[in-house]
Amino acid sequence: MLMNLFKFKGGVKPPTNKTQSVGLPIAVAPIPSRLVVPLHQSIGGTPRPVVQVGDKVLKGQLIGEADGWISAAVHAPTSGTVIAVDMQVQPHPSGLDAMSVVIEPDGQDQWIDRQPFDYTNAAPEAVREYLQQSGVVGLGGAVFPTHGKLTPSKTVPMEELVINGAECEPFITCDDLLMRERAEEVVRGVGIFRDLLKPKKVLIGIEDNKPEAAEAMRAAVQAIGEDFEVVPVPTLYPAGGAKQLIRVLTGKEVPAAKRSTDLGVQCFNVATAYTAWRAIAHGEPVVSRLVTVTGNVHTPRNYEVLIGTPMDELLDLAQPNPDTDGIIMGGPMMGFLVPERSVPVVKATNCLIAHNERLFPPKAPEMPCIRCGSCARACPHELQPFEMYWFSRAKNFGKTQEYHIFDCIECGCCSFVCPSRIPLVQYFRFAKSEIWAREREKNAADGAKTRFEFKQFREEREKAEKAEKLAKAAAAQAAKKAAEAAAAAASENTGENAAPAGEPAAPASVAVDAEKAAKMATIQAAMERAKAQRAAAQPKNTETLSAAQQKDIDDIEARRQAALSSVPPAESGEKTE
Amino acid sequence: MMFAPAPFLLKDTSVSQVMIQVCVALIPSILAYAWLVGPAILAQLVIATLAALLAEALMLKVRGKPLDLFLSDGSAIVTAWLIALTFPPLAPWWLVALGTAFAIVVAKHLYGGLGQNPFNPAMVAFAVCIVSFPALMSQWPSVGLELSLLDQIKVILGFGSPVDALSGATPLDALKTGLKMGEGTVTVSSLLANQEIYGRVAGRGWEWVAAGYLLGGLWLWHRKVITWHVPAAFVASLSLISGALWLYDPAQFANPLFHLLSGGAMLGAFFIATDPVSGCTTPRGKLIFGAGAGLLAYIIRVFGGYPDGVAFAVLLMNLCAPVIDLLTQPPIFGMKDKS
Amino acid sequence: MEIVLAIAIMALGAVVLGASLGFASIKFKVEGDPLVDKIDAILPQTQCGQCGYPGCKPYAEAIAKGEEINKCPPGGAEGVQRLADLLGREVKPLDAEEKPKQIAIIDEQTCIGCTLCIQACPVDAIVGAAKQMHTIVAQLCTGCELCLPPCPVECIRMEPIAETIDNWKWKYPVVEIKPESAAASMKEAA
Repeated sequence: MLMNLFKFKGGVKPPTNKTQSVGLPIAVAPIPSRLVVPLHQSIGGTPRPVVQVGDKVLKGQLIGEADGWISAAVHAPTSGTVIAVDMQVQPHPSGLDAMSVVIEPDGQDQWIDRQPFDYTNAAPEAVREYLQQSGVVGLGGAVFPTHGKLTPSKTVPMEELVINGAECEPFITCDDLLMRERAEEVVRGVGIFRDLLKPKKVLIGIEDNKPEAAEAMRAAVQAIGEDFEVVPVPTLYPAGGAKQLIRVLTGKEVPAAKRSTDLGVQCFNVATAYTAWRAIAHGEPVVSRLVTVTGNVHTPRNYEVLIGTPMDELLDLAQPNPDTDGIIMGGPMMGFLVPERSVPVVKATNCLIAHNERLFPPKAPEMPCIRCGSCARACPHELQPFEMYWFSRAKNFGKTQEYHIFDCIECGCCSFVCPSRIPLVQYFRFAKSEIWAREREKNAADGAKTRFEFKQFREEREKAEKAEKLAKAAAAQAAKKAAEAAAAAASENTGENAAPAGEPAAPASVAVDAEKAAKMATIQAAMERAKAQRAAAQPKNTETLSAAQQKDIDDIEARRQAALSSVPPAESGEKTE
Repeated sequence: MMFAPAPFLLKDTSVSQVMIQVCVALIPSILAYAWLVGPAILAQLVIATLAALLAEALMLKVRGKPLDLFLSDGSAIVTAWLIALTFPPLAPWWLVALGTAFAIVVAKHLYGGLGQNPFNPAMVAFAVCIVSFPALMSQWPSVGLELSLLDQIKVILGFGSPVDALSGATPLDALKTGLKMGEGTVTVSSLLANQEIYGRVAGRGWEWVAAGYLLGGLWLWHRKVITWHVPAAFVASLSLISGALWLYDPAQFANPLFHLLSGGAMLGAFFIATDPVSGCTTPRGKLIFGAGAGLLAYIIRVFGGYPDGVAFAVLLMNLCAPVIDLLTQPPIFGMKDKS
Repeated sequence: MEIVLAIAIMALGAVVLGASLGFASIKFKVEGDPLVDKIDAILPQTQCGQCGYPGCKPYAEAIAKGEEINKCPPGGAEGVQRLADLLGREVKPLDAEEKPKQIAIIDEQTCIGCTLCIQACPVDAIVGAAKQMHTIVAQLCTGCELCLPPCPVECIRMEPIAETIDNWKWKYPVVEIKPESAAASMKEAA
């Protein structure tokens, strides 16, 4: 099948190192001694734990409930006992810890009651929610909740559904083996996505260094009778980046600021399709994934691993050589050295590479940038990395944004080709996280300012109200006194002698009286208005009332009248005010 | 350990590899130079290299930078070789050494060292020396000079016969002077007929040196050390302007081929204007840079007072490079439809 | 006569140019933030009063009138730098010690519900009622420490904001060109 392919600019060709780990079929890793299941395993909200220490859990039982729409549930990977719900070190470059559920397996590996989900008769929203409850997330490495990508754009018709089997990172072969051995289930999973998104075409892109996988997928597509196209794409890192693969297969370029569905295209990884099918057809939430274990090990191989398995236990299966001095999670282009060997495998873990200096020689010292432009030519997003580097280094973050730093996908092509050995991507990550932090701080400062200003406003208002109240009270007091004085004067009935005592009070009391009268008038007016409003509110839809309803209404009206008449006018006036 | 950054795989490349490739690309023209013009160039290369390394070491020491790392990057050697190739081959040793030292100390390190210099150091040295020592910088040996290497070295070191006796002007300079002296009575073709000076096309011997630059430049392009933009634009603009004026009055203006193969045109197009540090970096910017340099080089060499215009043209374009870059930022992935 | 003509021409030119400049200044007037707002935008809005003014805005007004720019500890050295850039003034070291960002925490066992801290909080980040335990809404707390002095039982303490995976930042790549130390850091990395 010949198809017109497009090219993306840039890209590099690092040694692929894939042959080592494709020799053996997928093996199921044994249940480890202990499972540490982080709750935050996808982009979006951190799931809330729904189990407590001491709880017995079954395999596939919900342990973390999705928090918000962009979030996915987390499940127990095997049956056992929850021995802790606490902070554990994460497979994250920070080396920090986060809330995790620690499970001691009982060795039974006993499933919950699994029920297939009849998605053909369910509403699309229900399918999306089911996938969210099953913890299906993008297994290509970005772990974006899959259900969040399964809504077509309201305005743009879906043209193409791109399925990513490119797997462009060196060393990683888990998608390759998945397609070779479980092609049928992958294709059925793609069928679910197709049914939800209803695209015109489904394109499965596989790099041309994986002919066996492409063949297996083609056979599966034919056997099932689908019309998906399996397209070999040239091997060029990062052809497996979602945006690059979309570009190669459809010619469309998705900018950072847009969703791909706005251009009528969507992209999923093959492993995501597989887990979606397992969830729908077998009722199995995502509790395991395929992980390539390779690098400085005796027998590189792909394993099906329970989420939460400590990495060192998994690595031991492949017999790492003694000079192994670290574990890279992910590929050598975008992965990172894990902070501790015992951190757990998570949904984002597609590969573990045993690190040593023979495979990955230490970098030569960083030299100054000579503006040779190699990075710009290698950048698949056609950015100017050396300019971004310059401004990141100078901490001139506004300028880095002018050079589109947020379009950078951190693929590492620029660092790969840099003759000066500058860790460019590192600078961009630094700049990005600084910009985010500043944005957070700015938002917090703006919030604080608004709250402060409101507090000041409120205090002013309260002060004014208090002053008014005091003035009123004082005036009332004065009026009272004046009245008393007047009364006294009247009762004593002295004429001119008493006048000096009464005189100062009299004008004041007149003024107070005038003010009071004005106030009363406004209150009266407000009451009139309220009354008019009440009168204006005519009952509606009263033509077809039954006798019982009419009686109820009459009762209520009567009660209301009674209540109204009992309320003192001043109070109701205040209320209207 | 936490900050050991990805990517863990790196391409086998380095600044010194880039610089070594530039030096290798210069070898064909150096051979042609030594063979056809005189082996003195070899002595000048050695003098310039030594001066450059000394000056570089001194400045690195003063600035507290690691000596071995930066001395081995090869950038000083490239500067030195470009200076040796642009200075007159029998120029006294101190002139070459002074020019090289000026390039390294002032034009490179005072601006911040490798990667920071706004102007091409070799061209700064050339411009400074031609302004300060116009006589010494305009004396070129007549080609085919029957002088042994030893004697040439003696001249360079100041023990031999005075330089004046041995040298004349470059073909470019000679043509300009000839045309001026002739006052309309001579034509370009009548002057160029003198093959003793002008060879077949653009200067006896020199045309082969220029061809060597072309060959080396194409190899650099093939090795992806340079891109096609600057040389192509340089050659195109120089050909266009010289061609237009030649068609207008062939008696007063030399043909494009003469201009392309004489003076520093080929060296400038492939080795000097392509300097990434002081030049433009965007594809469109490189085209503008190359075209501007070619145009200015022609104007200065034909209408100006200096024998050649490449150095000044490149320096003038260096001045404009940041603005050109700013105005020619290419659209990024996914943003091409918008204006 | 010629002198008069020359003067007339120059005068005319001056009038025309002056008029066009005046026109341009009205026509193309840039509606920028007034200076105080720009300064206020740089200040961290903690409203802590450590500068000696009753809030960030008053301090911004004072700066605009010539007050020193180094009196805002929560803004830190970076804040001073940005103010100096904005105002074209000299950068000065901060007038006080720079502290990491903190938030206040009420020890709920000790709190007697006196509401004094609620009144002191400039951003209404403390909730509670009389004779009821109070607590601080962590996201809203600016760490201004204004609630500490009024508390009669000293049940409020300041705690630095902990680094989590969500607010963790990539560090500035170490610029290391000395080969020996680079090799050493490599060893460390391994």
